[in-house]
Amino acid sequence: MAHPSELLRQQFTADVLAHHAYRGQPTVLLSREALPSAARFLKDTPGLDFNVLMDLTAVDYLTFGKAQSSAPRLATPSPLPYYMTPKASAETWERGVSNDQYRFEVVYHFYSTALNHRLRVKVPVAAAEPSVASVTSVWASANWMEREVWDLFGIMFQGHPDLRRLLLYESFQGHPLRKDYPIYKRQPLIGPKN
Amino acid sequence: MAPGRLGVDPLMSAADASRLGWMTTRLDAALGWARKFSIFQYPFVTACCGMEYMATATAHYDMDRFGAGFPRFSPRQADVLFVVGTISHKIAPVLKRVYDQMTEPKWVVAFGVCTCTGGFYDNYATVMGIDTIIPVDIYIPGCPPRPENVLDGLMKLQEKIGRGESSAQQPPAAPARPATLATPHRVEEHL
Amino acid sequence: MAVAPVQRQAASPAAGSIETRHMFLNIGPSHPAMHGIVQLVTELDGERVVGADVEIGYLHRCFEKHAEASPYNNVIPYTDRLNYVSPLINNFGFCLAVERLMDIQVTERCQYIRTIMSEVSRITDHLTCVGASAMEIGAFTVFLYMIKAREWLNELTELVTGARLTISYGRVGGVKADLPEGFAERTRARLEQIRGVLIECDTLLTRNRIFMDRMQGTGSISGERALSYGITGPFLRGSGVAFDVRKAQPYFAYDKVAFDVPTGRQGDNYDRYLVRMEEMEQSMRIIEQALAQIPDGPINVDGEGKVLPADVMVDEAKMGRVAGFKQVRVVADPTLEGATRGIRDDAVSPERRAMLPVKEDTYGNIEGLMNHFKLIMLGHGIRAPKGEYYSAVEGANGELGFYIVSDGSDRGYRVRVRPPCFMIMAALPELIIGDQVADIIPTFGSVNMIGGELDR
Repeated sequence: MAHPSELLRQQFTADVLAHHAYRGQPTVLLSREALPSAARFLKDTPGLDFNVLMDLTAVDYLTFGKAQSSAPRLATPSPLPYYMTPKASAETWERGVSNDQYRFEVVYHFYSTALNHRLRVKVPVAAAEPSVASVTSVWASANWMEREVWDLFGIMFQGHPDLRRLLLYESFQGHPLRKDYPIYKRQPLIGPKN
Repeated sequence: MAPGRLGVDPLMSAADASRLGWMTTRLDAALGWARKFSIFQYPFVTACCGMEYMATATAHYDMDRFGAGFPRFSPRQADVLFVVGTISHKIAPVLKRVYDQMTEPKWVVAFGVCTCTGGFYDNYATVMGIDTIIPVDIYIPGCPPRPENVLDGLMKLQEKIGRGESSAQQPPAAPARPATLATPHRVEEHL
Repeated sequence: MAVAPVQRQAASPAAGSIETRHMFLNIGPSHPAMHGIVQLVTELDGERVVGADVEIGYLHRCFEKHAEASPYNNVIPYTDRLNYVSPLINNFGFCLAVERLMDIQVTERCQYIRTIMSEVSRITDHLTCVGASAMEIGAFTVFLYMIKAREWLNELTELVTGARLTISYGRVGGVKADLPEGFAERTRARLEQIRGVLIECDTLLTRNRIFMDRMQGTGSISGERALSYGITGPFLRGSGVAFDVRKAQPYFAYDKVAFDVPTGRQGDNYDRYLVRMEEMEQSMRIIEQALAQIPDGPINVDGEGKVLPADVMVDEAKMGRVAGFKQVRVVADPTLEGATRGIRDDAVSPERRAMLPVKEDTYGNIEGLMNHFKLIMLGHGIRAPKGEYYSAVEGANGELGFYIVSDGSDRGYRVRVRPPCFMIMAALPELIIGDQVADIIPTFGSVNMIGGELDR
């Protein structure tokens, strides 16, 4: 249903960078300056009533589409059977902003128990100064989820009461879910030496 | 020196020493028999293996009939440390401290493949095998190991206890693997 | 590690001239009642908790990073170990997210199979939760009875999937193998026995004075506060809000079976215990209805019903003698009971871009072999289109969400798990502040924290 995103788009026309409803899930890209007022708006407006912040996460678009894995390409391509060609689909998806300009994206998933509808709001964040405003004052679930995003991505949340690492230990170096952190990188052992 | 921890005084005469040696061997065997049927475990449970540990300890696969059904949640009162489930770098110092707090004689069982070698969690947060931190007596592989597998490991531990061996006092001959390995070979590196 | 600033209440004024100070008590991380490894640093005024800080992350195993590095079907073993007491729900939740992203429909029989196995997982989760929290209060017998019931369910799971706990049963586009013969009768018999066990435990606990005294009035949270924390599942339903993803946004076959969603009133531990007990009964009701309604897939057997051993089939196929394979029932591997099944009937999606072809096609003709190759080999594999999707299933603790961003390659670009017990653990300080130290144990038990899901 496009209805939840329509109200938001009408209210914040200048700040909406893009919107779509890929596979039926309404999504709005919002600029980060509009986030605090948009959060209040989403919770309090009667037609929206988003009283639950279901999920708050981030995505690092550093290597998006840059061949994480590649199948060997045929030198002389021949007609392929149908399962080797992608399924024809009317819908396509584009991110809405450029990957180079905005490296990160903070993704909010909202749910309304009264109206039983969902909305996804994405806030693009540049790599140079990765920070957004915290929405802890609006939904209490944002507290730990923002701490986790800080821990794993390094995106700061201004106004967060207690921003420290959640899943990793304090002396951990780096933010592991960033794309430039290899999964098998070894950290120095903490505690007693082996 | 006679085998076992009751050492023999080297200044004793040969005849006395041989008689005393026979007694200490018998005593060691008796101690080993008593110890192996009264195992007080410290279950250091972290992850999914805990569910199979629970299943082994209760109704169908009862560990109590092996004498091992009494978990003691204080390291001072326990003699076998069951490390059950993945050990991450954050919990590793806690594990080492618990192990150090246990009094001798003590044994360590690495329960589940995450504690043996790290399992398939080859990443920045997992300790690839607890034998990089503490000496291990019995390795029980499996993800998670079936309760029958656990009981097999328990019986091997009982044999080891009966012989009076413990990796706490006799560290394994091979040097322990270093905790920080060089970047391992990855199959998909060309992709 | 440094003690972080804790949430404080004003210290109670000392009676008379005795000067009192608050005591800091560290519970965990290696603690029998911490269900794994979670650290609670509590600030106590006598026996009353006035401040608390929860330290998690001791089991962080980098699920999301592994999911970015592994093709879609390779992620499924990692999802098993998320909520390891109800692994089938995690499997199917992840598969549902990828299928919706790829716009694949699974067959109706597969929907029913997934419904049945999800409910079996839900019952095991609630049995473990109620049993463990009862044990920590002192009711050890209840724990033993419930683990006995859980063992029966593990046997059923092993019949279907081949493993007891970490089953890797779901696949993108279907499940690994069909239900075995005789599954329906065995399940019905076991469910009757489990009902008997639940009645026994109910008799032991529900009107038990000690149990009621410890569980009533402790760990209370109101419905609005719980929603603000993003809490879902039996925890939220104990506070009176009837939100269940199976009813709100039905998936699999949940809209074809009738079941109720129990809710509590006060939002304390006792209500949550009752909600979980009743949910187990409702899950059994769902399983029985699904077993009655499940459509029979067509079995590819001709009038003779010949059965062919797998190695014979492979040899025949190499010789090119493949005529009539479609009418012959093949036994793929007769050695491990429950580990493999004959040809999968109607239990998998016909979408060949995602599901492996049946074995007699793989070994029988070149198109099947190519199809299998293109889906299995590294670098090839299931390709999802560029896009993103958030799909939610009702896990045993609440809404289990998978948010997948795909860039068109064979693995997810970003796979995010929205863990239900994460939200509840975030609310734990608020739940225990004001109660006594001894109330932490039943409250923590009814949180049903599962480390694999919390720390991922």
